[in-house]
Amino acid sequence: MAANGGVGRLVMSADDLRRTLTRMAHEIVERNRGATNLVFVGVPRPGPILARRLAEAVASFENVNVPTGAVDISLYRDDLVSRAATPAMHPTDIPVDVTDRDVVLVDDVLHTGRSARAALDALTDFGRPRSIQLAVVVDRGHRELPIRADYAGKNIPTALYENVEVRLDELDGEDAVRVVARPEVANAAAS
Amino acid sequence: MPLHRRHLIDVADFSRDEFDTVLDTAVSMREVLDRPIRRVPTLRGKSIVNMFFEPSTRTRVSFELAGKSLSADVVNVAASGSSVEKGESLVDTFHTIQALGADMVIIRHACAGVPDLAARHLDCGVVNAGDGLRGHPSQALLDLFTVREHAGDLEGLKMVIVGDMLHSRVARSDIWAFARMGAHVYLSGPPTVLPPDFGDLLNGDGMVRVEYDLDRAIEGADVVMALRIQKERMAGGLLPDLREYARRWGITPDRLGRADRQVLLMHPGPMNQGIEISSDVAYGEQSVITEQVTNGVAVRMAILYLLLTGAH
Repeated sequence: MAANGGVGRLVMSADDLRRTLTRMAHEIVERNRGATNLVFVGVPRPGPILARRLAEAVASFENVNVPTGAVDISLYRDDLVSRAATPAMHPTDIPVDVTDRDVVLVDDVLHTGRSARAALDALTDFGRPRSIQLAVVVDRGHRELPIRADYAGKNIPTALYENVEVRLDELDGEDAVRVVARPEVANAAAS
Repeated sequence: MPLHRRHLIDVADFSRDEFDTVLDTAVSMREVLDRPIRRVPTLRGKSIVNMFFEPSTRTRVSFELAGKSLSADVVNVAASGSSVEKGESLVDTFHTIQALGADMVIIRHACAGVPDLAARHLDCGVVNAGDGLRGHPSQALLDLFTVREHAGDLEGLKMVIVGDMLHSRVARSDIWAFARMGAHVYLSGPPTVLPPDFGDLLNGDGMVRVEYDLDRAIEGADVVMALRIQKERMAGGLLPDLREYARRWGITPDRLGRADRQVLLMHPGPMNQGIEISSDVAYGEQSVITEQVTNGVAVRMAILYLLLTGAH
């Protein structure tokens, strides 16, 4: 089964995703008692787009423009040597000094927790935030590190041979969350 | 896209995609160098050995800073003061370095092919930091990067390289690199050190031309690169006296005025000011010579990152 072109089990539609991001934006503002000290930093590729959508939602009901940015984690990964391929790098752009701000890290899927760990290390190289919180669209379980999400759009129990894809209009031509089988893992299990 | 190589020996066989991979990665590395803390943990636990059998300041320091910015351990070995002076053979020296636990060896040597020799004998990665008259791949990559940062695209640019082509490894690597990326490369300099068929020898696609008259070559150029005049070549009678050289092939404000208004002036360093390049233009508005040095660190970080990570 290919991982593109609208295949796989649909678990969130475009409307579901929009409502979920709006709810998460409300939760973030409620938990932080306002939005003036917030910064949203996304993990590429989808994270920065999700961060912008959260900021747009906050602007619509709270009338505060939350700065958004991107933090690439390639240089902070713990599997650079064991991975088959060197990960492609994406721009890092931290728009404001994060020291003493409440930074919300935004990622599409929380899985092992290793990306979040790398993002925490990357972020703290830019300053000492008052707090760092984690917002993800999907928490799929299978954690390998003591990391949890402060804001999760949806909990989706998955098997290890599955992949959760958060597909965004800007990157994939549709807004949707799908669960697809990872052919290489499924085949390895079968053989 | 990853770079499917363990070594960087030469850019002559690099594809456009491979050039783009290194340059794109260098953009992200450049951003790291602009941070308050210019260090990332990427190559923690990796050992890089700089083996420079020829004098060098900028290339050696540049590789050293690149390795350290990625948290690798960097050790410098100079030929003088090492066991090379006691008569140890190159191959034995390579085996010793490997036995000491090097993950990457960066080599500069006066003989072409020494990096290939090292790559044959070592299990670790090898980077050529300049071998004889053959090549200087990291210099070509940083030159491409510097031009791409300004011009956006290299396709169709007019580039002029001026100087002693025969004895320049920088020129060889740059000619290959810029021609492969679609730039039109014009070579200029004294006929004694620039054979008429030199361009075709290096690139058969007609992307490289020889034009002895620099005033004609420089007309409308987007990039002008002056090579260092190696004064030791004068003794062999290959070069005219310095005053004549400066008059016919020196880059002066007047000459540069014939190029495109946005022309980028480059020099791989170290410069002989007043000979191949006048001081007014070396530090003038069109000069990107100091940028080349800064970009060199970012490009070498990209090289180390791409060669030392992922399974090859």
